[in-house]
Amino acid sequence: MKTPKVLVLRTAGTNCDNETKYAFEKAGAKAEVIHINALLSNKKILENYQLLALPGGFTYGDDVAAGKILANQIKYHLEDEIKNFIDAKKLILGICNGFQVLVRAGLLPSFERFHQEATLTHNDSNKFEDRWVYLKICADTSYFIRREHAPILYLPVAHGEGKFLAKDKDVLDKMVKNCQIVFQYVDKNGEDAGYPMNPNGSVLNIAGICDQTGQILGMMPHPERNVDPTQQPCWTRQGLKDSGDGFLIFKNAVQYMKEIF
Amino acid sequence: MHSRIEVFLKDEYADPLGKNVISEIETFGFAKVKNIRVRQVYIFFGKLTENELDTIAKKLLADSVTQHYLCTSDSSHQPPHEHFHIIEVSRKPGVMDPVEQSVIKALRDINISVDGVKTAHKYMIDASVPAEAIPVIAAKVLANTNIEDVFIYPEIPKYRQTVFSAPFKKKIIPLINAQDVQLEKISVEGQLSLNIHEMRAIQQYYTTLRREPTDIELETIAQTWSEHCVHKTLKGRICFNGKIIDNLLKNTVMKATEELNAPWCVSVFKDNAGIIEFDEEYNVCFKVETHNHPSAIEPYGGANTGIGGVVRDIMGTGLGAKPILNTDVFCFGMPDTPPEKIPKGALHPKKVFKGVVAGVRDYGNRMGIPTVNGAIYFDERYIGNPIVFCGTAGIIPKNMCQKESRPDDLIVVVGGRTGRDGIHGATFSSAELHEQSEHMSGGAVQIGNAITEKMTLDTLLQARDRGLYNCITDCGAGGLSSAVGEMGQHTGACVYLEKVPLKYEGLSYAEIWISEAQERMVLSVPREKEKEVLALFNAENVEATVIGHFTGDNMLRLYYQSEMVGELEMDFLHNGLPRLEREAIWSAPGFEEPFLPEKENYGTDLKKLLSEWNVCSKEWVIRQYDHEVQGGSVLKPLQGVQNDGPGDACIVKPVLWRNKGIIVSNGMNPRYGDIDPYHMAASAIDEALRQIISVGGNLERVALLDNFCWGNTNKPDRLGSLVMAAQACYDIAVAYGTPFISGKDSLNNEFITETETIVIPPTLLISAISVLDDVRHAVSMDAKEPGNLIYLVGVTRNELGGSHYYHIHGHKGKNVPVVNAFSGKKTMNTLSIATARGIVRSCHDCSEGGLAVAAAEMAFAGGYGMELDLSQAVVESEITRNDTILFSESNTRFLVEVKPEHKIEFEAVMKDVSHGLLGKIRQEPCLKIIGLNNTTIIEEDIYALKEAWQSPLRW
Repeated sequence: MKTPKVLVLRTAGTNCDNETKYAFEKAGAKAEVIHINALLSNKKILENYQLLALPGGFTYGDDVAAGKILANQIKYHLEDEIKNFIDAKKLILGICNGFQVLVRAGLLPSFERFHQEATLTHNDSNKFEDRWVYLKICADTSYFIRREHAPILYLPVAHGEGKFLAKDKDVLDKMVKNCQIVFQYVDKNGEDAGYPMNPNGSVLNIAGICDQTGQILGMMPHPERNVDPTQQPCWTRQGLKDSGDGFLIFKNAVQYMKEIF
Repeated sequence: MHSRIEVFLKDEYADPLGKNVISEIETFGFAKVKNIRVRQVYIFFGKLTENELDTIAKKLLADSVTQHYLCTSDSSHQPPHEHFHIIEVSRKPGVMDPVEQSVIKALRDINISVDGVKTAHKYMIDASVPAEAIPVIAAKVLANTNIEDVFIYPEIPKYRQTVFSAPFKKKIIPLINAQDVQLEKISVEGQLSLNIHEMRAIQQYYTTLRREPTDIELETIAQTWSEHCVHKTLKGRICFNGKIIDNLLKNTVMKATEELNAPWCVSVFKDNAGIIEFDEEYNVCFKVETHNHPSAIEPYGGANTGIGGVVRDIMGTGLGAKPILNTDVFCFGMPDTPPEKIPKGALHPKKVFKGVVAGVRDYGNRMGIPTVNGAIYFDERYIGNPIVFCGTAGIIPKNMCQKESRPDDLIVVVGGRTGRDGIHGATFSSAELHEQSEHMSGGAVQIGNAITEKMTLDTLLQARDRGLYNCITDCGAGGLSSAVGEMGQHTGACVYLEKVPLKYEGLSYAEIWISEAQERMVLSVPREKEKEVLALFNAENVEATVIGHFTGDNMLRLYYQSEMVGELEMDFLHNGLPRLEREAIWSAPGFEEPFLPEKENYGTDLKKLLSEWNVCSKEWVIRQYDHEVQGGSVLKPLQGVQNDGPGDACIVKPVLWRNKGIIVSNGMNPRYGDIDPYHMAASAIDEALRQIISVGGNLERVALLDNFCWGNTNKPDRLGSLVMAAQACYDIAVAYGTPFISGKDSLNNEFITETETIVIPPTLLISAISVLDDVRHAVSMDAKEPGNLIYLVGVTRNELGGSHYYHIHGHKGKNVPVVNAFSGKKTMNTLSIATARGIVRSCHDCSEGGLAVAAAEMAFAGGYGMELDLSQAVVESEITRNDTILFSESNTRFLVEVKPEHKIEFEAVMKDVSHGLLGKIRQEPCLKIIGLNNTTIIEEDIYALKEAWQSPLRW
């Protein structure tokens, strides 16, 4: 396939759509930002894309709960289209608010599709925090990233509701068994380090997970905010790299699409 | 009849909101509390079956993992609880609650319709708290009774849908035959804030018309003539120490711009924001506003709508710019003020502080605009009258910077609906605060809805790019009256007020006209584009409504239900304001230099300075702001090896695929103003500029904004100090070659109690914006590598007047820092050559706390020590004291880190500029400073210094 196509979904309160589009285009895809109303009024357009990206922001103000209202729109109005999308081996990426949407819509961890089995709730600090975190890549199950690509990624988080909790121990055990925990918050050396390295109090330091197919990835940190060398905070100390750590995720996704489609 | 759903965390989960409330209650010392659980309450109006209620709770409101819910189909009875005190807090009818709108939208997605929704918080406080503490906790911690209703159980919470009623009746105000006393009464009772000269001018106008005015006409005039909208003091005649200044702004701030005549200034002092050139495709615009009085009464809402307002300024600049960054500067009373010292009618500074930060955070983060720059300043005198500056920069295509509404264009209002909120904001902001303001002016206080504004922005930029309108402005202070009046100034306009979409029924035609309801913009749309415009907004659920049209007869005509309710000549409205002459005086206050005994060691003083409220780390605030959204952040507000050092200025790349950036910084020194407002203003400009130089910028394309916040300038001494400051703005801006492009003033910042009037210190905020050709030349402030050399660039003088060093010892002093703009400019230009060559490894400007504080910050941000020798600093000849060199706040000074291999090159570049090689960076984490007498005067562990700097605001 020549140029993979990415649909960056936006709605009221989405605010990381532009930089997400930029990251995908830098990685060689063609990305289009589409409003949910346009998609709902013509659901077939989803078929034209190989990747659905749910970017960060505060959809509907995060009123009721972060990502909840958009999750309901997807769950109750796009169920079949999303099922077909996944069955066609296509990819879904949810970043920050997008991750919250995927979890609330029951698309992650998704032992039973569209059935909510986990949640992302208020940070232990009960406040929004913007800070840089180290992520250990813990599994090779996701098409977006594998351990061989990099031992640790350095990315920013910016959220108030990022504490991952599973419904019960069963769900958590299954996620561990299936290697669905893709990212864990760690310190610089890859060790478990508590707050603020784990910025929200997530169970098992979970920062990002995938579904059982490896096609859906949700993560609280923002890879699209570290694709260019000048985006990382320490570049004036360490010098400019070729690209930021987050770029890997977009590059891998584009690579996958080029190979499969 | 209404039903109710309560959603709450399962017992096994800690309640972070409850925990916050507990710590809040304990900080204010109201009670010891063991446990608070908070329930989110949703009230539904309209008939719902039990099944439907359960569906709503299950599908929408409750999180199946962490929460339980409780449905009650008739909530008229709420039993008290034996283990808890219960307080329920809900916004008053008519006060914005964004959650209500979102829930109604979300219910449609699951096919359930209701008549209305209200939300509340139910606080369950453990019963061991004494009952008498409960009302205090409710009023001081949980609720702001200006905008919220409080129910303490067993009182039954009463909820009703927002319904007002006001039968239409055209109101005439008899004025023609009124005596002066009556004229003043009309002004006061109508909250018009017009003085007797202005009332007489209006009387005269109507006498020639041979008719009496309607209420809406008077409101329109009052709003158009308000200090907030026309700056009549600064543009009026001022008699300063006997000399007449006709239009202070024109003779100082604007004159500098005119004389400098920079070719890259695109639009100055006329649009919503100043515009300068960025690159071949885009321009950049910048505006800073104040929102002081609303923030004094309701800090969260005040700051929230402050940000919302300045963002709309940017959305309404030219044909509409895209906001790319926010900057916020606040002034508060001391956060550790004992509660009993708080004047009646004022909120505790800590509460104001927290509320303001939360308001800015929630609006800015939701809008997706990074908050990248700011400052917080504390002084006892801001206790009743905090200052909230909100600034936004935007980017706009070059060919979209001009606009003009045309006769016969339709007037289209887009965005939020109009309600009874914010009536009289323009006139209220032009008056003083007093003990009763907290209660009387509640109507002028609002809560914003950032998502409505974000949706409006998203659609507006599409409409702009499709060329669907000729002109745009925001609805700010003065509401539609101001927006339509401004856009139709050269055409005339006709408005049908019943067409304006309302949040609820019952507004009078005058209220519709002057309501300052948030999140609205006004467009001038050619008739042939009407359908396309309405369809575009409708496609994304943004309301757009035609409410009238522009004419060609220069008349403003207002109709309500086919009756004309107002008719005014645009000429009188915009040019009829009588010019005022005010008296201004200034004389030096006669402070003296104190005598402080010299010490052998200044380590303790340095730590004290680092812990001073104005110096200490503001990380607690900065982290709550998303400073990286949009992906353009190049130099972040927090810098260094652990991302926690205090950056001098921020750099943002507005176009991700290009390496061109913009720099934003600010300068402010209210305490210098007590000694000399001229040098205060000069120093503020110097500070803003040297921060731009510090991060790798240069003076070639720097534009300034002025924001004057002063006391009551009807009093000659207050106005005198303002005149001095404005004069410095002219002198220094011209000398540095940095034009002003926009500005704003907020006068009358005084708080009147029974016993005294608390006047804020003269507060001039200078904001600077600059273009950096290649962001890869940016320089951060953290020490980089051991062995590198540390230079002090600039001259240190005996200028401790108004310094933080004197302040911690209880003195003011006399020798305020002055600016030598000739040598200052040369210093800045030369240093920027060095940074452009890439031979500056780090750079930090010397500001609050002087050289010692700057060195400490640089060291602990980098995680390395330093050894510095004061005898190598370039000083004025008569300085013999170590503390003067350590802590003097002399302007135009920088600490610069240079690699040893660049020593020769750096010194060659700097040869004509004062600089001294003070020492170098050391691996060992210790800041060691050798004094003039060759003994060690500071030797402190950098982590201990950092702890002193971080601990005060670790909330």
